Amino acid sequence: MLTGDCMSELIPVVSDGETALSAAEIALIDAEIAHVPYRSAVAIDALKIVQAQRGWVSDESLRAIARHLRMSAAELDGVATFYNLIFRRPVGEQVILLCNSISCWIKGCDTLQAQISERLGIGLGETTADNRYTLLPVTCLGACDKAPVLMVGEELHEDVSAQSLRELLAGSGDDR
Amino acid sequence: MSLDLPLTRNVRADRSPTDLKAYEANGGYRGMKAAIGKLSPADCLQIIKDSNLRGRGGAGFPTGMKWSFVPMDDASPGHKYLICNADEMEPGTFKDRLLLECDPHQLIEGMICAAYTIQADLAYIFIRAEYHKAAELLREAIAACYERGYLGNNILGSDYSLQMQVHSSAGRYICGEETALISSLEGKRANPRAKPPFPQVSGLWGRPTIVNNVETLCNIHHIIERGADWFQGLGLTEDAGTKLYGVSGRVKRPGCWELPIGTPIREIIERHAGGMEDGYRLRGFLPGGGSTDFLTPEHLDLAMDYGTIGKAGSRMGTGTMIILDDKTCPVGFVKNLMEFFARESCGFCTPCRDGLPWSAQVLDDIEGGRGRPEDMDTLARQVEFIGAIGNTHCALAPGAMEPLQSAMKYFREDFERHISGSACPFCDGGAH
Amino acid sequence: MPTITIDGVAYEVEAGRNLLESCLSLGLDLPYFCWHPAMGSIGACRQCAVVQYQNAEDNRGRIVMGCMTPVTDGAIFSLSGDKARHFREAIVESLMLNHPHDCPVCAEGGECHLQDMTVMVGHRDRHYRGRKNTHRNQYLGPLINHEMNRCITCYRCTRYYRDYAGGTDLAAMAAHDHIYFGRHQEGVLQSEFAGNLVEVCPTGVFTDKSLVHDYTRKWDLQSAPSVCTACAVGCNTIPGERYGRLKRVHNRFNAEVNGYFLCDRGRFGAGFVNSDRALEFPGLREADGRYRALDHHDALHRMMDSCAAGKVAGIGSPRASVEANYLLRLLAGTDNFAPGFSDAEQDLVNLALRLQQQSAAVTPDIRTIESADAVLVLGEDVTNTAPRIALALRQSVRNKAYEMAAGLRLETWQDAAIRNLAQQQRSPLFIAAVADTPLDDVATRRLSLAPEGIAALGQAVAAGISGAASATPGSTSGEAVDIVAALARASRPLVIAGTGCGSAAVLQAAAEVANALCSSGRQAMLCLCVPEANSLGQAMLAGPKAPNLGALEERARAGEIDTLVVLENDLYRRGNSAGIDALLAECRNVIVLDGLDNATTSAATLVLPAANFAESEGTLVSLEGRAQRYYPLFQPREERRPSWVWLLACMKELERPDVHSLHHFDDITRACAADIPALAGITAAAPDLHYLNLGVKIPRQPSRYSGRTAMRANISVHEPKQREDEETPLAFTMEGLNRSQPGALLPWVWSPGWNSNQSLHKFQTHAGGPLKGGTAGVRLLHPGAAGGHRISDITAPATAAASAAPDLWQLVPRPRIFGSDELSALSPGLAELVVPGFIELSPADAGRLGVATGDGVDVGDGIATLEVRVNATMTTGCAGYSAGFAGSGNLAPLARVTLQRAANWQRRPQLIGSDRGNGSGSSHV
Repeated sequence: MLTGDCMSELIPVVSDGETALSAAEIALIDAEIAHVPYRSAVAIDALKIVQAQRGWVSDESLRAIARHLRMSAAELDGVATFYNLIFRRPVGEQVILLCNSISCWIKGCDTLQAQISERLGIGLGETTADNRYTLLPVTCLGACDKAPVLMVGEELHEDVSAQSLRELLAGSGDDR
Repeated sequence: MSLDLPLTRNVRADRSPTDLKAYEANGGYRGMKAAIGKLSPADCLQIIKDSNLRGRGGAGFPTGMKWSFVPMDDASPGHKYLICNADEMEPGTFKDRLLLECDPHQLIEGMICAAYTIQADLAYIFIRAEYHKAAELLREAIAACYERGYLGNNILGSDYSLQMQVHSSAGRYICGEETALISSLEGKRANPRAKPPFPQVSGLWGRPTIVNNVETLCNIHHIIERGADWFQGLGLTEDAGTKLYGVSGRVKRPGCWELPIGTPIREIIERHAGGMEDGYRLRGFLPGGGSTDFLTPEHLDLAMDYGTIGKAGSRMGTGTMIILDDKTCPVGFVKNLMEFFARESCGFCTPCRDGLPWSAQVLDDIEGGRGRPEDMDTLARQVEFIGAIGNTHCALAPGAMEPLQSAMKYFREDFERHISGSACPFCDGGAH
Repeated sequence: MPTITIDGVAYEVEAGRNLLESCLSLGLDLPYFCWHPAMGSIGACRQCAVVQYQNAEDNRGRIVMGCMTPVTDGAIFSLSGDKARHFREAIVESLMLNHPHDCPVCAEGGECHLQDMTVMVGHRDRHYRGRKNTHRNQYLGPLINHEMNRCITCYRCTRYYRDYAGGTDLAAMAAHDHIYFGRHQEGVLQSEFAGNLVEVCPTGVFTDKSLVHDYTRKWDLQSAPSVCTACAVGCNTIPGERYGRLKRVHNRFNAEVNGYFLCDRGRFGAGFVNSDRALEFPGLREADGRYRALDHHDALHRMMDSCAAGKVAGIGSPRASVEANYLLRLLAGTDNFAPGFSDAEQDLVNLALRLQQQSAAVTPDIRTIESADAVLVLGEDVTNTAPRIALALRQSVRNKAYEMAAGLRLETWQDAAIRNLAQQQRSPLFIAAVADTPLDDVATRRLSLAPEGIAALGQAVAAGISGAASATPGSTSGEAVDIVAALARASRPLVIAGTGCGSAAVLQAAAEVANALCSSGRQAMLCLCVPEANSLGQAMLAGPKAPNLGALEERARAGEIDTLVVLENDLYRRGNSAGIDALLAECRNVIVLDGLDNATTSAATLVLPAANFAESEGTLVSLEGRAQRYYPLFQPREERRPSWVWLLACMKELERPDVHSLHHFDDITRACAADIPALAGITAAAPDLHYLNLGVKIPRQPSRYSGRTAMRANISVHEPKQREDEETPLAFTMEGLNRSQPGALLPWVWSPGWNSNQSLHKFQTHAGGPLKGGTAGVRLLHPGAAGGHRISDITAPATAAASAAPDLWQLVPRPRIFGSDELSALSPGLAELVVPGFIELSPADAGRLGVATGDGVDVGDGIATLEVRVNATMTTGCAGYSAGFAGSGNLAPLARVTLQRAANWQRRPQLIGSDRGNGSGSSHV
């Protein structure tokens, strides 16, 4: 590799802003590093740690993590973009993970999705204008006996009905 | 209680977790104490082999045999790893969550015994990201075990030491495949790995590694404590032990129950799940999660065990059944699964990466009333192309073909009605 | 050898190979994508599916992947059965779902492996009705074009770029059918070997930007076997031409020199051939200093007159052929011929040659380097001086992994499995250099030392290996102990050094380490790098007693030179400008033969336009002492002539008896071989003019070459007769036979059904093996034959004493892959990547001088003013400089100079994003 900065000088930097990891983030990541043979092995943990602090992983955050793990940004980006729960775009304050796998589909998750979309005015992958919610589909949440289910943040909601959905999203969308 | 149900004996009606104190009060960690310092690893392995325990993650591989491939001589000094696969994501599967959330110590005890048997010095619990509560409970339980001397250096004063850690994943169904899980644990993209070499000789960080499902591991200390014969005696058929069975879909009481392995399907669906919801008729079911072949009402009296279900043309898989009722569109059902598998392909091999989206697209056309008669040939070709283990890099895509190929066998007229009528006869995609 | 059955026929196959390799080696067409002979198998594309049967009774069989299946005795396979054929067709159909079918506008069209495989499997009708996925492309720098929509996700690019070449800035992103191969952000690909992506990619995702912008299909390219002139490794190349322009350079397989891969300097560094600075006519300087164009007869007579009139001296060139240099040496006389190195370099190259001639160690080829299980690099930054060797070293550190794999009985082609097994464990590689090197990421350790420290370390290691009483005391001895231990454990240890750090002591120390290893019973390897394509050949030709530039300057000042003939050499890059000015000014006639306008041609009284490597034939001697022949690709335009033609014609006019019997190029080669013992072997480098391939010549144009009449139709509708090649066995036509001839004469690869470079296996003894016609080139060094002189018998030229004057810095060369080589740096794409000349300083020294990166620094007393780069790994007290750059000629290696912050220095402006044009951000998801 051209370890010098020779070529990088010619590479126009698309986004100049760089960011540093916070002391708290570094402490958490380093605690993970202590358990593994190679720093890069904690890539996923580090992405999750930073995402927990910042809501998502921006290009700048990703590069900061890569620097700390002494791996290339490309390699880390390859990892980050593989996993569906690493967010490489901004998300709202709460992420709604709507299960659309088979048991929930049988029990009407499509209807549920339509209701959410109608109430919040967003489709899958979108964030409300007030930045409160992002709606994402998720693989079977392992609560098929309580279908349909969804998660809001870290909270699982089972047997979701039109009524319980209204309560869940109270204060958003139409109710405002 | 008349039945001996070791896995769920600490599961309370409100599903509140059992802590260390309560766990030990109910006989917990006796299996571990029976093993470490009392039995040699080879003794433990023999007991597990004799018990005929088969993996509960879906493939049903004999656990003792899997472990026996781990090199135990001193010729390869260095780390060995045990990994608990708690990445429960198979569509329609909700059994491991129960064990994780209700009785974390049971899993830890099972893992300590398993790790001791293969002489692993490091154990990981690879848990899916969305199981926040379970991960938290496991971390607390592990901390309690360290404090109690059940984990860490020189467990119970022996020369055996074991460290244990929880790794919370970042999504992706493919992480449940054991070699993909290893890639993910190494911090990489979760591409499965070709075998050989098997993880038993070259797994995590190139070292001998065993990956077992949550439910499998929860059995280990029971078997060591109470013996292989006891375990063999639990099953109703030639398979041994109990099994967590589940039913979801349009039944009166969807749920998950520990039952003797080999319990008849009819008993599970009609007695435990309460039969079909009023107004719904059973048309078919996937016996063990989203990547098993359909069975139909004619199979209701079969015993739910590996051999019987296999002979009927499907697989017991995870043992959690998904019910297809008469008001749900079989094409929509299969399409939902196909879209799932297409989305969850890791993208490594061609038949899976490109073949599954193609199949999903054809099913979407048929379901949307845009199907053509030749689409049935395309689907049949796709089944032939993708459906065999060995055609693809791992088992994901062949699994994805199982519901499709059996749906085309049992519900062919539904497909044809979609095509001839240029619309879904169940209206609105079938779900309602 | 196991016997396997394929479609009912029994075949004996080589053990340890996989079925795919075996089938290809047997001549059976089994399609594939992800497998690569140099990179092994991963089983991703599933294209090489066959059916395997358990036994003779099994009539169903199961699909297995050829690339993942070992050949075992008695195994039964079917390639042609319906089951396998339908599966392979389905694979291509699946790959085509998202492929854009833009073949007519794709630079890969006509040599696309995907096209070939599509035809091979018989896929024709499309059944998919869905939408195609599309991607945004990235700007990847001036050399490589990116078109992700064409991608078939075979993973070859990242496997090559990351796993094989050690690049870190290209990765697979996203998952399922959204996979994207690209960078984290747009920008120049950082690997020095990125260009191989063009050949590794089976379709048109990564293409050669210069070819894209000046496009010709492969079937319309006229090609010739050539040798890269951009460094001393001598990689074999296939340059392609159309309309008198060089269009691109592809790899020409040579199992021992470059295998499947080139570096970017070699691949993209030949663009100078098309430069508008190319000289087309002889020029005579008039009294007013302007040049008047002459035709070649006039020019020849002028040259003859000058050479007849008085004392002639000649300056040859390490970038010119053996033959041209030999003729100039004849013309000027042995005592009046300087080889054309800088004075410092002349001593170093001579020493490197002598050390190799007299060492018992093996001078390794690239394959042997890859087999090394412990490596010590002393002083040489091979990535920047002999790049292909660095790529080989990246493979050598994997021997640890292969060792581990053998323990599990994993075959070497099980690429992914072996990488997973070994993880980051590598064979030992120790590097001692003045500062960081691009190989540091795979090194066990890299030590920053001044040249004398590097030499001392080498001495200590040599002493340690010999078991001599405690190694040289000092701070390095602890390191030496580790290195001794690693080398002593190895069965195939390799020591690398070279002229690159400017120190004779380092070269000598390296040879001593290798000799100590040999004495202790190991088959050690010694690789000594020299800078240019014919540096070693030039040292062999000129001999150790040849005058250097300084000596000629003295003679010129003494009035002993009337006419100076300079062969393909810009002297201002070789010596300090005042000295060169004096040398050229003191000679009445200065005749310069060169291809491009430069400072030396501008000082000539007579300039003769010399053909470049693409227009002429010649022999070059690589750093491993391999003589190799290159051939003209096309006819030189206007009055350009190969230098040997100018020189021979001049001497013929002079009626020199020593050229009386020389008529053809081959005659010069033979005369040189007969005259110069060290070069006696060069006639065997390639067949002579009379070679015929089964009775016919070898065509430079492939059988589908089109538009021969149309090409010149704008000039005349009458098609001229094809020029006959009177010097080589190659023809400037499509008539002839390109099959099984000696490897040195392979102008292109193609085979029916195999239009891409993957057709190479048809020319190999087995897939991945050497060429059927034999490996190109002949080795002139026969190490070990000498029995191994004691190295201490050889006296190294005195190295500057290690005075520790606090106000002086020692100049240490820091060559760069892009910039240190004169001609490649003039190629348009590469030129964008050449940085301005620089001085590298440690942070401590920068602090002392009060300078930061981007500031200017004055070197010595007006020797040069260069830009500062602060490098944390730089040895304090050393000043690394941009060696070989235009403007660095005044800087002598190891000289001790003053440094001073430059007054009135203008910092270079920083580029900003919008300067690049073409700009979209990260484009996956």
